[in-house]
Amino acid sequence: MSRPEVTDTPELVAAIGNGQRYAIAAALNLLDDRRKKSRQSAARLLANLQNDPQHSRGQLIGITGPPGAGKSTLSAALIRVWRQRDHRVAVLAVDPSSPISGGALLGDRLRIQTSADDDDVFVRSLSNRGQFGGLSAEVWPMSIVMLAAFDIVLIETVGVGQREVDIARLCDTTCYVAQPGSGDSVQFLKAGILEVPHVLVVNKEDMGAVAVRTRSELESALNRTHPDGDWQVPVLSTSAATDKGIDALADVLEKHYQQLVSGGRLSARRRGYQSYWLHKRLQEEFGNAGIERLGGEKALLVKLQAQDMNLYEEYETLRQLL
Amino acid sequence: MSQDTVKRDRPWMMRTYSGHSSARASNELYKTNLSRGQTGLSVAFDLPTQTGYDSDHPLARGEVGKVGVPINHIGDMEILFDTIPLGQMNTSMTINATAPWLLALYVAVAERQGVDPTQLQGTTQNDVLKEYLSRGTYIFPPGPSVRLTTDLITYTVQNIPAWNPTNICSYHLQEAGATPTQELAYALSTATAILDAVQASGQIPAERFPDVVGRISFFVNAGIRFVEETCKLRAFGRMWEALTGERYGVTNPKQRLFRYGVQVNSLGLTESQPENNVQRIVLEMLSVTLSKNARARAIQLPAWNEALGLPRPWDQQWALRMQQVLALETDLLEYGDLLDGSPVVEAKVQELIEGANAEMARVEAHGGMVACIDNGYVKRELVQSHTRRMRNIESGKLQIVGVNCFQESAESPLTAGDESGIMKVDERAERDQIASLQAFRAARDQAKVDDALLQLRNAANDGNNIMPPSIECARAGVTTGEWSEVLRQVFGEYRAPTGIDISPINHGGSDALDKVRARVHQTGEELGRPLRLLIGKPGLDGHSNGAEQIAVKGRDVGFEIVYEGIRLTPAQIARAAQEEGVHLIGLSVLSGSHLELVDDIAHELEKIGASSIPLVIGGIIPEEDARCLRNKGLKAVFTPKDVDMNAIMDTMVTIIREANGLEPLA
Repeated sequence: MSRPEVTDTPELVAAIGNGQRYAIAAALNLLDDRRKKSRQSAARLLANLQNDPQHSRGQLIGITGPPGAGKSTLSAALIRVWRQRDHRVAVLAVDPSSPISGGALLGDRLRIQTSADDDDVFVRSLSNRGQFGGLSAEVWPMSIVMLAAFDIVLIETVGVGQREVDIARLCDTTCYVAQPGSGDSVQFLKAGILEVPHVLVVNKEDMGAVAVRTRSELESALNRTHPDGDWQVPVLSTSAATDKGIDALADVLEKHYQQLVSGGRLSARRRGYQSYWLHKRLQEEFGNAGIERLGGEKALLVKLQAQDMNLYEEYETLRQLL
Repeated sequence: MSQDTVKRDRPWMMRTYSGHSSARASNELYKTNLSRGQTGLSVAFDLPTQTGYDSDHPLARGEVGKVGVPINHIGDMEILFDTIPLGQMNTSMTINATAPWLLALYVAVAERQGVDPTQLQGTTQNDVLKEYLSRGTYIFPPGPSVRLTTDLITYTVQNIPAWNPTNICSYHLQEAGATPTQELAYALSTATAILDAVQASGQIPAERFPDVVGRISFFVNAGIRFVEETCKLRAFGRMWEALTGERYGVTNPKQRLFRYGVQVNSLGLTESQPENNVQRIVLEMLSVTLSKNARARAIQLPAWNEALGLPRPWDQQWALRMQQVLALETDLLEYGDLLDGSPVVEAKVQELIEGANAEMARVEAHGGMVACIDNGYVKRELVQSHTRRMRNIESGKLQIVGVNCFQESAESPLTAGDESGIMKVDERAERDQIASLQAFRAARDQAKVDDALLQLRNAANDGNNIMPPSIECARAGVTTGEWSEVLRQVFGEYRAPTGIDISPINHGGSDALDKVRARVHQTGEELGRPLRLLIGKPGLDGHSNGAEQIAVKGRDVGFEIVYEGIRLTPAQIARAAQEEGVHLIGLSVLSGSHLELVDDIAHELEKIGASSIPLVIGGIIPEEDARCLRNKGLKAVFTPKDVDMNAIMDTMVTIIREANGLEPLA
């Protein structure tokens, strides 16, 4: 028996809201689909999801950092803590793809091992699909679907250059994982190459002195007040291998979210980030000339942020226009 | 010279790796083999026993008694050696993660037979490090695994002096694709990692350390390039002699000998024209016997039909007879070393030693062998080598008779007939084993069991040697699953790196590669998104070479690959397929439990509403089972004779197109 393909948008929206795994999977497949007809259905689906605030209560967390910093094991440890706290968790794991064949090994799933009988954890891997530097275009829409069904949505990616910037301008809370013993993170921060994260983590505390040194270097390199304003950036030590410091990290991530919500800034922020994302996609697809035809970057961003419009529908409309 | 006066060397130990169905059936097989002139026993355990599960554990379903004998407790072990006097037997046990436990059971059975355990002779493979790289029967993370390995070594050196506590294996490295240089380097790096750990454990006084070094033995492989393989074994001997002297200061020449047993290559055995495997096996045997100074101490040969399925007793007898003919009929054992002084051999040996030393230095630079397991360095190197080998077979650069050349053949009478030339495991074996296990559990003294398990837990936590409480557990009637579960709780479980994240080997590609790549791309375009393939290894079988090669090839032709490594449950596979939105699931099963596992996965897919995803399977699957699987709805069944990986990829594209209602491609 195979379940009939869900084409009816309201039904799919309802099933996603109920956390039906087959529906979430189907929606993610749809958002991945570049055929014209699918894009139209996808736009309808996202418009429906966005119109209902019920469907965007979750927290969108980005976790990034250099290769080898232990992001995946840290994510796995966080998921365990979140599950103990009865949060439902979805993960979008972004892996690089081969520029030659377009093929990719989606390996993060292996490192984020979860129990097979836990209905409240859902992992989708995504290859970077040749997006030069940045995150692939599907990340934003997929995160919207996941936010509709889960309490926490975690986007995990190797953060270097544009990808790290992208993730910082997409998530409610960004967590940067530094590699002990490597001065890179400190240099990036000082040089302003790194967007300032909301939380800095030195994982692999079990490495001892070298981890302690990296932590103190980060503490001194960092202006602790986040550009967002009233947020002091904490520097935490964790060890995913021995489960140390994970609870404290989960606490801090939650605290940041509560502050956004209680300050009433969450939806404005998301809107700002989503406008940025949308602008970037249009620029990638149609170049600066395209953006000029829409009245230029500034006007476009103002328009997108000010008006009460559905961004994804608008995105598709603008694409058609161009 | 007259034949009567010639002094012949004593032949090596002749064994057959065997065990199946149940302790009773295996016991009968052993007694038959011994009566046919076999001089030692080599016990094959089934996968649940090797990975620490009782026969009634859900993960054991379909695996009980398949690739070896199920041993759940002392009762099973007692039956396995019924009327075989352990005091006079030399028993080799292929057991790794649960090696301390199986040795504990062996000791406890010896006690019951009235044999003084200090007199026991034999071998526990006890090399978990290679399990992370090949074969896959590890349980715990590398750190605790090394500790269990060293505990067994220090215990036997002090209490069972004639025991070979560990057999460092290069065998499985070659099966995973290692070149001779890599085999030398990784096996010797493993040996030093273990000896260093024994030294660091402080359980052995410095003056007794040479005894430990002297007890280390090896288990190697011999492939079809038999000249090079002979040289490899000479290189092994020299490198080991140097290492034991320089690194550990051992002076007694006897303790510096490279002692090894061998199983010749199974990787090169073919499913097509399987009778050709006989000459392959004989030539490979020659490589480990030809040079007297580098001759094997013990040999076991695979059966000619291993690539088809499980060998029958007759097939194993044939393998034994090959050894007997070489040792008894030929004049090989009448001479000194035939290769000493050959400049050709000497140059090759030197080349191998230099290459191996360089690779050992790289392992050291990456943090040593244990770190190289965890960081994936060695596994990636092996996957890389194996990929190269597969590409060479595909391109015809590496010729394999009957596979990529001379494929035409008359019908073989060997594979005709009702049994198709392989062994069938009695389906009742699993049920009977579970029933007897449950009866055993019901009849034992639970308080004694609980107490023994508590002692075991304490030793695991406190760092005391694991052997004494394990032997106590064996006496008390603890089961394999219980012993392992306590240690799982203390040490945790582990998933090893898959090693498939290597860079593509030949970018340019052949015409066939380019064609498949174009088809993958086009089909992805038509379906609106890149094609996704989930490669699943269900069950306890850890032979992952095939799965890894398909993963690498799939990536290279443009698939997005989801591969999570070995030992997944059917539920995990079904869920991953749905969550990841894959277009096709490819399963890999080599343990013979394909029928049960496919049923379970189909059931799980249906349960979550994902049964529209097409399924294919690869593995050692007899034709009769392949038919059965196709009837169950599998879209393709690949076996070892499918060496053209581009063709496999192409078939998968076709299946995806069909499943999604696309027109066939021209």
